[in-house]
Amino acid sequence: MSHNESVIQATHVGKRFGKKMVLNDISLEVRPAETFGLLGPSGSGKTTLVKLLTGIDTVSSGEVRIFGTVMPKLSMLRQIGYMAQSDALYTELSALENLEFFAALYGMKGPRRKIRIREVMEIVALGDDLHKRVDQYSGGMKRRLSLAIALLHEPPLLVLDEPTVGIDPLLRQSIWSELKALNAKGTTILMTTHVMDEAEKCDRLGMIRNGALLAADTPSALISQAGKQTIEEAFIYYGGGES
Amino acid sequence: MKIWAIMLRILRQFRRDKRTLALIFIAPLVVLTLMHLVFNGKDYEPNLGIVQIPAPLVTSLEKQGATIFTYEDKERADQALDERKIDAIITQSGNGLDVKLEGSEPTVNKSVLMLLQKVSRELQPDVNGAADKMNVSYLHGSEDMTSIDQFGPILIGFFVFFFVFLIAGVSFLRERTTGTLERLLSTPIKRWELVVGYVGGFGIFTVFQALLISWFCIQVLGILMAGSFAFVLLLTLLLSMTALTLGTLLSAFANNELQMIQFIPLIIVPQLFLSGLFPLETLPEWLQQLKIVMPLTYGTEALSEVMIRGKGWDTIAGNIFVLIGFSLVFMLLNVLALRKHRKI
Repeated sequence: MSHNESVIQATHVGKRFGKKMVLNDISLEVRPAETFGLLGPSGSGKTTLVKLLTGIDTVSSGEVRIFGTVMPKLSMLRQIGYMAQSDALYTELSALENLEFFAALYGMKGPRRKIRIREVMEIVALGDDLHKRVDQYSGGMKRRLSLAIALLHEPPLLVLDEPTVGIDPLLRQSIWSELKALNAKGTTILMTTHVMDEAEKCDRLGMIRNGALLAADTPSALISQAGKQTIEEAFIYYGGGES
Repeated sequence: MKIWAIMLRILRQFRRDKRTLALIFIAPLVVLTLMHLVFNGKDYEPNLGIVQIPAPLVTSLEKQGATIFTYEDKERADQALDERKIDAIITQSGNGLDVKLEGSEPTVNKSVLMLLQKVSRELQPDVNGAADKMNVSYLHGSEDMTSIDQFGPILIGFFVFFFVFLIAGVSFLRERTTGTLERLLSTPIKRWELVVGYVGGFGIFTVFQALLISWFCIQVLGILMAGSFAFVLLLTLLLSMTALTLGTLLSAFANNELQMIQFIPLIIVPQLFLSGLFPLETLPEWLQQLKIVMPLTYGTEALSEVMIRGKGWDTIAGNIFVLIGFSLVFMLLNVLALRKHRKI
């Protein structure tokens, strides 16, 4: 993979459900080893866009490429670690059993599986709760376990849909430093968020509202180009000025 | 006011859930119609095979509503009896009648014997105890055969089908409602692998279920068992496979557990009615034809052949292939139905 090639390349992507246009002509690029944030209120089309970019759903128009390959393509799913907005966990099973299940789906076995399970559970600070059943987990713990599962097979692209909801500030900080460490190791991260201050931590940011991409740039560039002080003010500016 | 608010909310929810609404109003009508047809059917009129019977007797048999098949010798009559073309063979022996009943359905036996009693009372009104002159024998079963012996195979088939259908359906549905299906489909798993994995996982349980239920019914409850235990096992297993694949397929068309349960009166109950629990011959022709598309009837039919009539592979092979066919078709359709969630 050449280094200047983009990880995700979306060109004129549109999506309609029946007659309703949910996403309209979105073009964006996610570069290697950066954290790209999709910022927008709920209902703006973030999750739909994420599903198109990961190849779970198909575009109505336009094209999505991941590592140069047109999506959807089954083999590319191996390159992606996906964390859905809802905690998709088997609550009757223990955390370990959940991890083992998903590890097997990615074809991981033997000592590598064991080591990776330890590692990812340390990252999300759940090392001591490995054998607990998931229905005894709190909401924040479930969120962290979902993140751990997404990290499990060391994907070069991480797609995280609202990853830090319900996680306490201290732990959120440590997760962010882990994500930055992954960036440093070459992992590309695409995440959605509706929290403005969290958006500022992303390398680059796409602002999305009513299914349209308003602007995409680094947080500081977005703020200065709008002539504002904060991301929130900039979002209002790009969104057409009304508050 | 608060009560009214709750009432209004419930009415509104119902209005949104057209299916539940339909179930409340339409399903009872469907089931009641079925029951009406089943219980209000015409009296069963037996098919009798005769070998060298005097003409006056034949006439009065026909007058009582029996359909008469005439055979030249006993061998051919026996063959027809084995194939269930006729319900009994009547031959003359000395001063009485020899009656050989097919025997596997107590209600049919009873109607044959009642008809014969009427006839002999009519022909010899002065002789008391005409029935004494009847020499009754059975091809299958005996006069000790009870209803549970007849219904046992059907009920085994039905309960296996019913529970596996519901459990498999609800658990596949849960994958969707909890988001784990979406999560699964974000991994490089192929859709068919998911379906086959489900069938395999539940399949292991259904093997034990088939073993336990067949063993319990035959050994503990002592239900009549004339054939081979291995065939009973195979048939219960195939029935639960069909139920499993049908349940997971239909769960794609339900949005919650309640809607899954709504399939019971639509999919399960009609199959029960046509599975042989009630004599099918008295039902309207169009209703009888429906059983062609019902997996349960193939299973219960074959189970009855094995358990009551002691039949083997040759008789049930067709049913076995049909059940396997149903399972494969349901699995294939499920793989296609999953396209709704991921195109590739």
